[in-house]
Amino acid sequence: MSLFFAQIMARIVPSLAKPGLIVRQIYNAGARSLVIIMLSGLFVGMVLGLLGFDTLQRFGSEDSLGVLAALGMLKVLGPVLTALLFAGRAGTSLTSEIGLMKSTEQLTAMHMMAVDPLRHVVTPRFLGGVIAMPLLAATFSVIGLFGAQLIGVQQMGVDVGAFWSQTQDAVDLRDVTEGIVKSLVFGVACSLIAVYEGYQSEPTPEGVGLATTRTVVTSSVMVLLLNYLLTAAFLTKN
Amino acid sequence: MSEPLAPVSNGSPAQAGDPVIEVRDVHYSIGGRKIFDGVDITARRGRITAFMGPSGTGKTTLLRLITGQVIAQSGSVKVWGREVTTMTGKELFELRQRMGMLFQNGALLTDEDVYENVAFPVRAHTRLPEPLMRQLVLTKLHAVGLRGAARLMPAELSGGMARRVALARAIVMDPDILIYDEPFVGLDPISMGVICRLIKQMNEALGITSIVVSHDVQELSTIAHDSFLLSGGKVVASGTPQELNSSEVPEVRQFMGGLDDGPVPFHYPAPDYAADLLGAQAGSS
Repeated sequence: MSLFFAQIMARIVPSLAKPGLIVRQIYNAGARSLVIIMLSGLFVGMVLGLLGFDTLQRFGSEDSLGVLAALGMLKVLGPVLTALLFAGRAGTSLTSEIGLMKSTEQLTAMHMMAVDPLRHVVTPRFLGGVIAMPLLAATFSVIGLFGAQLIGVQQMGVDVGAFWSQTQDAVDLRDVTEGIVKSLVFGVACSLIAVYEGYQSEPTPEGVGLATTRTVVTSSVMVLLLNYLLTAAFLTKN
Repeated sequence: MSEPLAPVSNGSPAQAGDPVIEVRDVHYSIGGRKIFDGVDITARRGRITAFMGPSGTGKTTLLRLITGQVIAQSGSVKVWGREVTTMTGKELFELRQRMGMLFQNGALLTDEDVYENVAFPVRAHTRLPEPLMRQLVLTKLHAVGLRGAARLMPAELSGGMARRVALARAIVMDPDILIYDEPFVGLDPISMGVICRLIKQMNEALGITSIVVSHDVQELSTIAHDSFLLSGGKVVASGTPQELNSSEVPEVRQFMGGLDDGPVPFHYPAPDYAADLLGAQAGSS
């Protein structure tokens, strides 16, 4: 996979000459995942509001619910859950699309037309995924925070001023950076695994199915592992 | 630095009948299974050359060897006098820019419409202004009778139409060699006749050297100038389709006559029938 990644990296600059291909892939991986990301973010935020309020009120600090929700969303839940959802929706779509292109000889046809499929098919899809992931994670976090506020403030009666002012005081640029870096790394990992599995899949229905399954399993485990490593790295740095 | 691809092997002006593709003593195996055991084939400029043979004899593999998609374990494959087996990736891409290939299933890009499929290689290799691009694409689509289908998606096409779109795409860069991989498979008689006529038309009107891989003896007999019959990893006969029809070689007689048993046996190798049945009875009792 390292060699495959290097081959993609070598084609990033040439593939920028056709931005339309990349924009289309951002739409496919990003815009088409928006509904599932927003719904999931809302529900996760609402649960965070419920559980956070229940826990914090035991210590009389329910006004800190906004801080808990914001930091939880920005640093862990937003990037991680977005990446897991991305692997399940966009990642499987990328793998099966490339796998089917291979099994129907579309990639071979490109080779025969002296067109490099890595440049015209794989790299735009990889870039689309990498660009879409932080945008989706940001959307997830914002909607999730709204969900936590909905439950905490509207339902549980946390003071709206305290909710937002404490959030504003506690969250700084480092927290936002951590979320962005994580979602970028997850974007690279999930997109790379998805396009790699599709490109290397056996050109049979069974082969494409297996490759799609491998995409979800490998991406999910990789995201959780990387999340631990990145969290530890950021904690050490701070 | 690679030298540019020469039009003919000896550097002299191209002549009709010059060898364009030369396959010499090619041996090729996959996973221990021998596909070719010393194959020799020559395809000449401006002619339609047919590779025939029963299913599984490696006809498509031969095309893959010629186009450099796979490399033979030994032997020589030359196109325009250049050795394909030792070409770099860049040289192969240069070579393929002068070739067109029609795939068995069309291999159209399923997320692009007919127009964009035909325009695809042109967009990839040139910066043609859109009005010129439109003229070029519509000209090629008109040649295959599908100008009116320019905005249809591949999923909306019949098998015959998809094959004609793929043909338009294969000729859009004006190739010198056109390769057809099983162009008649799965087509109704009308579509088959259309494809047959188009292959002949491309050859006569544009002077394209054509390689047709098929086991459809009747159709090939009407269009091919030269034929090679592959069986058991070798070329068992070559000549005009008429010469093959009158051949006394058992493999050729079986293939051309469509006989169900002969050098290619009807039964896949198996233990003795009676012993096999009795063995099954003994096992179940």
